[in-house]
Amino acid sequence: MIQQAPHVGLFATCLVDLMRPTVGFAAAKLLEDAGCRVDVPMDQTCCGQPAYNSGDTGEARAIAKHVIAAFEGFDYVVAPSGSCAGTLRVHYPQLLKDDAAWAARAEALAQKTHELFSFLTDVLNWMGGEARYDATATYHDSCSGLRELGIKQQPRTLLAGVEGLELKESREAEACCGFGGLFCVKYPDISERIVDVKTADLEATGADTLLGGDLGCLMNIAGRLKRQGSAVKVRHAAEVLAGMTGEVPPLGEGKNDGAED
Amino acid sequence: MEATTRQFTGNARQALKNDNLRAALDKLSHGFPYKRLEAAARLPEFEALRDQSRDIKAHVLENLDFYLQQFESKVIEQGGQVHWAKDAAEARDIILAICQEAGAETVTKSKSMIGEEIAINGHLEANGVRPVETDLGEYIIQLRKEPPSHLIAPAIHLSMDQVADTFKDKHREFAADRPLDQPRELLEEARTMLRREFLAADVGLTGANLLIAETGSIALVTNEGNADLTLTLPNTHIAIASIEKAVPTLEDATTILRVLARSATGQELSVYTTFVSGPKRPDDMDGPENFHVVLLDNGRTQMLGSEFHDMLRCIRCGACLNSCPVYGAIGGHAYGWVYSGPMGSVLMPGILGLEQTGDLPNASTLCGTCESVCPMRIPLPAMLRRWREQQHARRLTSTKSRMMLKLWAMLARRPGLYRAVMGLGVGFMRALAGGRGSLKSLPFAGGWTAVRDLPAPEGKTFTALWKERRK
Amino acid sequence: MSAGPAKKTRSVSSRDQVLSAIRGALGREGADGQNRPDLMARLDNPVPNRVPDRGRLDGPARIDLFQAEAERVSADVARVAGLDAVPGAIAAYLGENGLPTALKVTPDAAIGDVPWAQQAALSVEFGATDGSDPVGVTGAYLGVAETGTVVLLSGETRPNSLNYLPDTHVVVIRADQIIGAYEEVWAQLRHDGGGLPRIVNWITGPSRSADIEQTLMLGAHGPRNLFIVIVGADDGKGIVMADDGTIVTADEGTRVGDAHG
Repeated sequence: MIQQAPHVGLFATCLVDLMRPTVGFAAAKLLEDAGCRVDVPMDQTCCGQPAYNSGDTGEARAIAKHVIAAFEGFDYVVAPSGSCAGTLRVHYPQLLKDDAAWAARAEALAQKTHELFSFLTDVLNWMGGEARYDATATYHDSCSGLRELGIKQQPRTLLAGVEGLELKESREAEACCGFGGLFCVKYPDISERIVDVKTADLEATGADTLLGGDLGCLMNIAGRLKRQGSAVKVRHAAEVLAGMTGEVPPLGEGKNDGAED
Repeated sequence: MEATTRQFTGNARQALKNDNLRAALDKLSHGFPYKRLEAAARLPEFEALRDQSRDIKAHVLENLDFYLQQFESKVIEQGGQVHWAKDAAEARDIILAICQEAGAETVTKSKSMIGEEIAINGHLEANGVRPVETDLGEYIIQLRKEPPSHLIAPAIHLSMDQVADTFKDKHREFAADRPLDQPRELLEEARTMLRREFLAADVGLTGANLLIAETGSIALVTNEGNADLTLTLPNTHIAIASIEKAVPTLEDATTILRVLARSATGQELSVYTTFVSGPKRPDDMDGPENFHVVLLDNGRTQMLGSEFHDMLRCIRCGACLNSCPVYGAIGGHAYGWVYSGPMGSVLMPGILGLEQTGDLPNASTLCGTCESVCPMRIPLPAMLRRWREQQHARRLTSTKSRMMLKLWAMLARRPGLYRAVMGLGVGFMRALAGGRGSLKSLPFAGGWTAVRDLPAPEGKTFTALWKERRK
Repeated sequence: MSAGPAKKTRSVSSRDQVLSAIRGALGREGADGQNRPDLMARLDNPVPNRVPDRGRLDGPARIDLFQAEAERVSADVARVAGLDAVPGAIAAYLGENGLPTALKVTPDAAIGDVPWAQQAALSVEFGATDGSDPVGVTGAYLGVAETGTVVLLSGETRPNSLNYLPDTHVVVIRADQIIGAYEEVWAQLRHDGGGLPRIVNWITGPSRSADIEQTLMLGAHGPRNLFIVIVGADDGKGIVMADDGTIVTADEGTRVGDAHG
């Protein structure tokens, strides 16, 4: 057991880094509220999934080693994404299992890597802080988090403590949104049909907000909702839990919206 | 059938425009997966039975030669014959020779994916033997000269109206103005047509769900009863099965049967589960005098012991199709050959070659639903990824995508450069967005913006902001 | 018959090629590897795998389960006190459902004592069917409570086609032939000796298809109606299977249901 404040390396993920820094700050705040000491190693880039899922195991291994080296000094590695955490936790040991110099290091990193909501609840037994968000929301279970890491109840447990927030379950909460990393740009028309099932399903709940834990899926769903002209707002659940919704508009919304086009 | 796996994207585009197909697939994805869940919930041992089923097949594959030989010797002991076929052509020749020896004019068939795989119908027709599919769905698509679009629901892509049009076109002996606007009327007409065929057939050709080594029996499951009529009424019964269908004992078969129907349709058990051992016995009141089993390799031994070994546990239940978002969007025909969905995308590169099937392993979001419902716990997403690895290693992917990947991977290992490039990228996208929350289009991201907006980045990168605020 | 000498020669060589390809793929030399005695023992002494608890019930409860499960899959079930009540039950069933009353009955000893002549409403013939009989009556070998399944065997007095060709299939089964789980079928058949008959049928409800627009309809090719007549009560002397899957007599051992509490 770690007696003093656990030292957490925050793996922000490349999408949060590029598109949505607020999610990174929200994750850091939640971890600190839960009693952790948080650092963001500047050597971090991406978990390597694009290479791994494209069959380029050589590059995927090289990136995995880079991430392991950058993060192995921490007590824990936490990512606000089930997909990226799953890569570190499930796939790195697979990728490096035959590499004598790296197999044990990959395994060790995997053991201490967690998705944010799972870490807060399952590891820290933290049940949430003070937050308020007035919305009726539905939750999208991202595939990797759900099926690789068993993340289902954890975000719901945390969100149940948010004042003003009502959570409505959709029938197909566990269905894939059609993002699939490069899949959505390689097969846009198939991806479109899949995301349409998702948007129809979440609209059917009557919820005004969609929450989730993976920015890739959320950008895909938000982008499709915008294209459809839907008013449903999309946010990463960490923004809501950290009380940081005032710092950034929902995904895909901006101050000049409607100004032209 | 001619494979159109190379035209996957075009096939998929056509499928996405087909409204009949869309309605059918919507119904499918709201049907079987939920029934499967209900059936699993009714059987507390379901997950344990999945584990045991997986272990049984894993054991068989490790000892496949032994179990096939045991199966063979038991079939022969009971007066049946076993034929081995390395490939589709050999299997076709064996079956045709048996039919010709039997003087067969008509061969009734119960649904067999192996029959589709070796394209037996075309071969029989070309040689003057008339094959008649007897599974209702297979019968319909045979009349329409289409391949099946689902492992267990071969005509799922068709609407009732399409079936009615086909029957009016092909069943000319009935009054042209007969009512055919109810499923029941269509079923009755098919029943009438096929009853004659059952009674008149010279040879019955079936697949086999399981080959039981202990007793030399084949197990067959249907809901219609067509396999039983096919294997009981003609004087010759031919069962065709791929070699990985072997199981050791009746008990092992039983365990697998407990997960098969539940995974497929959510039934506790198919209506007819039949264990067939050899030809008619001397005192039997009916049954065929001749019983043949054709054992087909056709690529299986290539997969055995390879990184696709576990795929040979597949029992063709269709659960992975039923819950696959991609299958649910495009249906079975878009995959371009006999199999479809996740299992097809793993299996077909092994049978047809990766050069012919390049899109199949890639046209998956790797969402993992298939693995989560597979009764044999086949790691389908991992295998799709392995095919992608082979594509990459054998340079079957496009130069452009390889270059992009290399460039990106180079950046990912050089954090300083990565930071700089990401910073530029964010600035570029911000400028394009001009204060709006999302982009309608973006250079080099046409695949994304073709169907959805791109939410604009917030401002600076997280790492840059963290440095500013926290250091 | 044989497939002809030329084909045969080629088949033999294909056999060897397939078998040697298997051994090559598995990295084994030699015919069967080193584990042959173990594998033979597995075949010679088959052991049940996990048997679901569902069927582990005492006599009356087991028969209730059998009936409930059979009815769940659209079979019709009647219970009568003795064989002499069977013709009346069948006549009533056919009458209520407006079905023809000409029966083709298997000349099977299991139902040989049914006093058909008592029912003037029924016309009864014995033997096989040419497909023109509207109602077939067969005796069951066993019934499996687990899923309401009847088990029928082919044989010298039991034509398999009678189970499939008539529109209405009547199965007569004694209550003490109703067992809990499928495994007991194999145990009983092994106990009987002589190997399997050509056909062992497990029939669970009447024929059906959902191949047209996923609409479930009964009576695809096989019977439209399955009527199961349960005769008598379970006297506790039926099929008994020990834990290891072997059959013991009712006096020597206990029922599966009892053995597992």
